[in-house]
Amino acid sequence: MELLLEGVSHAYGDLPVLEGIDLTVRDGEILCLIGPSGSGKSTLLAIMGGLLRPSGGRVATRGAPPDGCLNPLTYVFQDFALLPWRTVAGNVALALEHHRLPRGERRSRVGNALAAMGLGEFAGAFPRQLSGGMRQRVGIARALVVRPAVLLLDEPLSALDAQTRDLLTEEFLTLWRRERTTAVLVTHNLAEALRLGDRVAVLSRRPGRLREILTVDVPRDERSRPERAGRLAEMSAHLWSLLRTEAQAADRELADRR
Amino acid sequence: MKGGGERPVPFRGGGFEARRSRLLPPAALAGLVLVWHVAVAGGLANPLFLPSPVSVAAALWELAQSGALAVHLAASVGRVVTGWAIGTALGLAVGLAIGIVSAARAVGMPLVSALFPIPKIAILPLFILWFGIGEPSKVATIAAGVFFPTVIAAVGGVDQVPRSLIRMGQSFGMPVAAIVWRIVVPGALPIVLSGFRITVAIAVILVVAAEMIGADEGLGAFVLMAGNLMRTDQLLAGVVVLSALGLAGAGLISFAERLLLRWR
Repeated sequence: MELLLEGVSHAYGDLPVLEGIDLTVRDGEILCLIGPSGSGKSTLLAIMGGLLRPSGGRVATRGAPPDGCLNPLTYVFQDFALLPWRTVAGNVALALEHHRLPRGERRSRVGNALAAMGLGEFAGAFPRQLSGGMRQRVGIARALVVRPAVLLLDEPLSALDAQTRDLLTEEFLTLWRRERTTAVLVTHNLAEALRLGDRVAVLSRRPGRLREILTVDVPRDERSRPERAGRLAEMSAHLWSLLRTEAQAADRELADRR
Repeated sequence: MKGGGERPVPFRGGGFEARRSRLLPPAALAGLVLVWHVAVAGGLANPLFLPSPVSVAAALWELAQSGALAVHLAASVGRVVTGWAIGTALGLAVGLAIGIVSAARAVGMPLVSALFPIPKIAILPLFILWFGIGEPSKVATIAAGVFFPTVIAAVGGVDQVPRSLIRMGQSFGMPVAAIVWRIVVPGALPIVLSGFRITVAIAVILVVAAEMIGADEGLGAFVLMAGNLMRTDQLLAGVVVLSALGLAGAGLISFAERLLLRWR
């Protein structure tokens, strides 16, 4: 499924945060959104999935969702957003409970999603008993259980330590290769964007505009090879130079505000 | 540092940590009873004004034997349970509405703030005029006393449910009723349950007050009658039963907390 954004802009009261965003998320790609803090990345993601009404412009989907899709635009949240009073299985099942599904299908969907994230033996555990990485695995399992058409990932790895982040990135890629679900990933981590993305969209500082869309021209499976490191470093340097001027300006702007 | 020699770093943490003790709580109660007994037996207190724990226990035994205790206890418990249930049900409904619907909050909160501080005993005569001298006016007093703290607890509980969880529910297309029932209500439960601790005590206080104003049966009426007859041993026996009633209520809430808040 494709996601189309036309002239999307948004303001919180008098404060414009996004301006004139035209963007097409292509079917089956991973699009990474990066930008300095306050560039409206998360706002844009919230608009994409209909959690926030933009002040201007429109968002549309094109194409049919996959078979058995219950929630075409599905989020994975930075803070996991797990219900602390539900077990791992209960949190995953939550996404299904308001749909009329045969009991057997519900059980098999939950079981498959848990198995896909390696959560089988933790089905009965409560979130407080889990590490951050395991909690986000639950968050991803809950997203998978509805068979999404587009995954909207809002800095899903930012709350995790570096090792867990690397582990989960690889796991996510393995899973993603099976279904090739369209995905938008908001991140502030350049390495993560260049590891996962087909394209990287750079937002400017507030009000966020699309500064550039960089196509990562190294096939995803070759990105960990040493001979590709040079090209990736070039792209990283380019993205960083874009970000740095924006980030510096944004930083100073905030300092002036106080 | 001058001198340069080795010095152990002194420990200065500690203190303020909550430590559980199995022995101290019963020991404190036993100590109180002991001091009481020694004071009376040693002639420090006039047994007519402060009967010894032994005579209170004897009076309690006598009341239990004669069946009077059962009658009074049943009357009071019946009123507490009915009044508390009505006040809690209405309070939860109103509190959830105020917590969830902005318009209900704008209307409800000022009303609750204005009516909550009114002592419910002060309006018991009004309830008697409205509902008659019988059971309904007593139950209404208890329900009114329980209602407002329940509303405040429910609103507070709803307010502290993280917005991110509600957004999550919306992002999965959950209908409003499902969000309320599966996210808001369980999220508010810890605060609602701690509110129950307060409302159970309020219900016991109010049943006594209401029974003192107009009742033949009930622990409040019994305590009042015992006081009028200078039967201080019976009076204190009634007070002990009231305390036990409050403790039993608190015990039930603790049980509910253990059952419902297992996830904490």
